[in-house]
Amino acid sequence: MRHSALYTILFSAAVCVVCAVLVSSAAVSLKEDQLRNAALDKQRNVLFAAGLADPADDLAGDEIQRIFDNIRPVVIELETGVETDMDPSTFDQSKAARDPETSREAPPNRASVQRLPRHALVYEVLEQGQPVLTVVPIEGYGLWSTLYGFLAVESDAVTVRGITYYEHGETPGLGGEVDNPKWKAVWPGRKIYDENGEPAIRVIKGTADPASEAPYEVDGLTGATITGNGVTSMLDFWLGENGFQAYLARFGEGQAQ
Amino acid sequence: MSESYRKTLLDPLFESNPIALQVLGICSALAVTSKMETALVMCLAVISVLALSNVSISLIRNFIPGNVRIIVQLTIIASLVIMTDQVLKAYVYEISKQLSVFVGLIITNCIIMGRAEAYAMQNGPFDSLLDGLGNGLGYSAVLMATAFFRELLAQGTLFGHVVLPKVSDGGWYNPNGILGIPAGAFFLIGFFIWALRVWKTDQIEAEG
Repeated sequence: MRHSALYTILFSAAVCVVCAVLVSSAAVSLKEDQLRNAALDKQRNVLFAAGLADPADDLAGDEIQRIFDNIRPVVIELETGVETDMDPSTFDQSKAARDPETSREAPPNRASVQRLPRHALVYEVLEQGQPVLTVVPIEGYGLWSTLYGFLAVESDAVTVRGITYYEHGETPGLGGEVDNPKWKAVWPGRKIYDENGEPAIRVIKGTADPASEAPYEVDGLTGATITGNGVTSMLDFWLGENGFQAYLARFGEGQAQ
Repeated sequence: MSESYRKTLLDPLFESNPIALQVLGICSALAVTSKMETALVMCLAVISVLALSNVSISLIRNFIPGNVRIIVQLTIIASLVIMTDQVLKAYVYEISKQLSVFVGLIITNCIIMGRAEAYAMQNGPFDSLLDGLGNGLGYSAVLMATAFFRELLAQGTLFGHVVLPKVSDGGWYNPNGILGIPAGAFFLIGFFIWALRVWKTDQIEAEG
């Protein structure tokens, strides 16, 4: 059937309005749940990286909060690694990275990090009031997407306790296997820095030897070479001089005293 | 249920399966079938989007101006997909993270627009609902079967429960790596199509 141009325009407008109202009301009404899920997911992943919780047991929100009582979030200055008195509960690192006031352009890097915040949020795990472990955020480009995760480092500031990714858009079953507990289990005990204190850990092709033989190597993911390279690049960047090198050095020294 | 309703609902399962006969919607069938859990959530998402889009397009089919009908269909489908994605993020956050972009890509799943254009534009809302559910189930049947074999043979598990203990975990099963990657799903779907056409010979295309 034929319709006038005016009818077509009005009809299209009406469809748009109805759809827009539906989509935005869904987005608004579900936003609170989504934000809570995202925040809990982030905390949960800090615990996974630190080895304080196992992904297999389904932790409820209040249990996560309870374990988090022994974790001290700290905002540090990246360049010097010094602790600041900024409030960690309101500090948003990704927002800080976007704001020209609190960030700078990142030097060229293979992790495709565009902007580097001046400050970063790290999580120090306390045992009897003493930090024994630190969890630092890492991010970088894989094949399709930016991967966001955490790396947990022992008090010697060299040995990995664990790694975990909480957000990425890699191919499920291939690069998405960075979520696989089997792969994550390869990490603990590996060393992030070589004798000269330079970032040395990398994802290789194939299977790496045990941590005692090949401390700087981690198994590759089958069919996901580019994601693996992305992991190597982001660790190289975030453990290097632009990232947490200064902080980790201080963290390691602080424990030696 | 009358005979024609049953046909509308159940025909897409085997007689005119959207994946096996029409070979539509293959992309997500390859991508999300490495685990049954993600495949199941994906199937539920596709069934709800397909049923709702068919019903809503059927309800307004007599008012949609012919020259903008595809855009109108897409607007409705896209809205439904975004809402589905939001619901998944709010209630099954973990799985929605694993499905990542593929929920959003339901918008471009040819099955949905195909049914809107080929069926919902010509039929009443109830028939369209059945057609949507039926095609969603047909899609799901192939996805779940693919996910069943992929998860079982590549990881030795079903819905995450260990069925075949893997050698690497001290068991006896040596996992099949190729089924772990999307190419494996291609082979499986190929076998399904073959098996279906051996069973229902009228689905074989004429040669030449």
